[in-house]
Amino acid sequence: MLGFARTLRAAGVAASPDRVEAMLSAAGALDVLDASAVYWAGRLTLCAGPDDLDRYDAAFAAYFGGEAPRRTTPVAQKPPTLATSAPLDAGAGTGEDGEDAPDLAAQASGDEVLRHRDVADLTPAEREHLRRLFALVVPASPMRLSRRRRPSPHGAVHAGRTVRRSLRDGGEVTRLLHRRARPRPRRVVLLVDVSGSMAPYADALLRFAHAAVRARPASTEVFTVGTRLTRVTREMRLRDPDRALAASGQAIPDWSGGTRLGEVLKAFLDRWGQRGTARGAVVVVCSDGWERGSPDLLREQMARLRRLAHAVVWVNPHKGRAGYEPLTGGMQAALPSVDAFVAGHSLAAFEELSAVISGA
Amino acid sequence: MTETTASPSATDAFPGGPEDLAAALRATGYLPDEGLATAAYLALVMRRPLFLEGEAGVGKTALAQALARVTGRPIYRLQCYEGLEASQALYDWDFGRQLLHLRAAEAAHATADTASLEASLYDRRFLLARPLLQALEDSPSVLLVDEVDRADDEFEAFLLEVLSDFTISIPELGTVRAEVPPLVVLTSNRTREVHDALKRRCLYHWLQHPDFDREVAILRTRLPEVTERLAREVARAAAKLRTLDLLKPPGVAEAMDWATALHTLGARDLDPDLAARTLGAVLKYREDTDRVHALARGALFGGG
Repeated sequence: MLGFARTLRAAGVAASPDRVEAMLSAAGALDVLDASAVYWAGRLTLCAGPDDLDRYDAAFAAYFGGEAPRRTTPVAQKPPTLATSAPLDAGAGTGEDGEDAPDLAAQASGDEVLRHRDVADLTPAEREHLRRLFALVVPASPMRLSRRRRPSPHGAVHAGRTVRRSLRDGGEVTRLLHRRARPRPRRVVLLVDVSGSMAPYADALLRFAHAAVRARPASTEVFTVGTRLTRVTREMRLRDPDRALAASGQAIPDWSGGTRLGEVLKAFLDRWGQRGTARGAVVVVCSDGWERGSPDLLREQMARLRRLAHAVVWVNPHKGRAGYEPLTGGMQAALPSVDAFVAGHSLAAFEELSAVISGA
Repeated sequence: MTETTASPSATDAFPGGPEDLAAALRATGYLPDEGLATAAYLALVMRRPLFLEGEAGVGKTALAQALARVTGRPIYRLQCYEGLEASQALYDWDFGRQLLHLRAAEAAHATADTASLEASLYDRRFLLARPLLQALEDSPSVLLVDEVDRADDEFEAFLLEVLSDFTISIPELGTVRAEVPPLVVLTSNRTREVHDALKRRCLYHWLQHPDFDREVAILRTRLPEVTERLAREVARAAAKLRTLDLLKPPGVAEAMDWATALHTLGARDLDPDLAARTLGAVLKYREDTDRVHALARGALFGGG
């Protein structure tokens, strides 16, 4: 049984010790000699989601069938083309900044220039510098009212508080206390295109996504799209941006591949969106709209997305280029269902984007 | 209370294990498969909450109701929604009655001393028990926490606390503890990911649409007036509809609605014309209806 748990962990199911303990007592409550009882005892206690079930079945067959355990997580994927962390500039150390005021000014105006530079054209050093500035571009969450109430000077009468208060005055209601709905952050869903044509921007977009997740871990979701859909929210929750991006890179199987936006968007809406993730959310699609599949499917799915979402924002880095016209089939199909169409090529553009998200 | 691996009540009632429980459930009209029967049996014996996930309409809520019938326990249902607060799930004080009581005491000049008057305000009769407290007070009972994925994070954390020690403390009254914890069934439609900490306390089961034979058996059991032939054809058509990649594939509940609708209109088998007219009982999106209409109707609802 314990050997089986180990096999299962190797297959990617988080069979923690307390779950294994539960499995043992479940097996004890059933007929241990019956193979299907053992199967169910393990499946009911060790699995935690539909994704675990296939892995469990494979591991069960492998272990009790006497085969070698099979790893379902392929180890050597195509290495992600994320820019790795460059060493810090020597000049960024101690003391120097303080005595060298003009240098600081130069640095500041450098930042100003950098804010408007296209992310794709940067040198590695500039990119590294910009990366630190990214931590500052945290989109404020859009808010909505929730059904939860909180005490407030105005609003509906809060019977409980009023009576409790009146008890102090011998049952005389001397003052009405009120409560009103509490504003709650609205969910923000980011769909980041990681196909080949978006490669120069994917790093910056994912860093933006990381900042957003870090700011509001409970109400932000990140998916990557390309030839398939990958949820990277969990990876994005890692505190350190470089580690979060590296972990996401591992999770994304279609890095720098082609684009089948319509299909992937459909997969997102079927599996997540319609069930609640996109409902009432601000959905941000980051893509250049180079669609390899049919624009009709994309048009249909964008319309569906708009019916579910509170607002749909489309980020296209190419919009920042002079003379850009959204002529690609994908963009043409998507634009009618988009509430805001913004650029996402520079730090300044990201600031604009975060303002659009906050105001949505 | 310590974790026990065998509760006399459950093993006595179902000495044959999951098969006996399955038979008892079948007698009430709920037809579980082997996995679901095992899950429900273990939940009873191990006294662990049962976490059920699956598409809408596969019978998650119905299982809790069937389990209540089988065990003869009362059932308490907590429907979750966003913004659900502890006062709506646990208990609340009946402020209006408290105030009236105070006035009545005043009118009768029974104001002995403020301390005892205040104590009398927090009497059990002024307490409004909500589902969680009711289930604990009335235990052994069945507690159905429906659509837990709709509640928010704060509520989930609170639920975790209640489900781990089955104790509720009311500051003004004292502690309510269930000697035998209630049989808890949590359901989720997966609109969002439920915290792993909550799932770890539970047995997890993913419910699937039933296979053809079981669906026919369910239709026959629940709707005895429907002909065998109609039941089989509805089950076959429902299974086909589930392969069509629809926005909302029909569940067992929809298949039952459909069979009822057809039967009400006097159908004895799935006549394509009536089927097209009653499609609203199975399909809930215009896109889905269009799609099915566009496909050859004969191929979908053919007799045979």
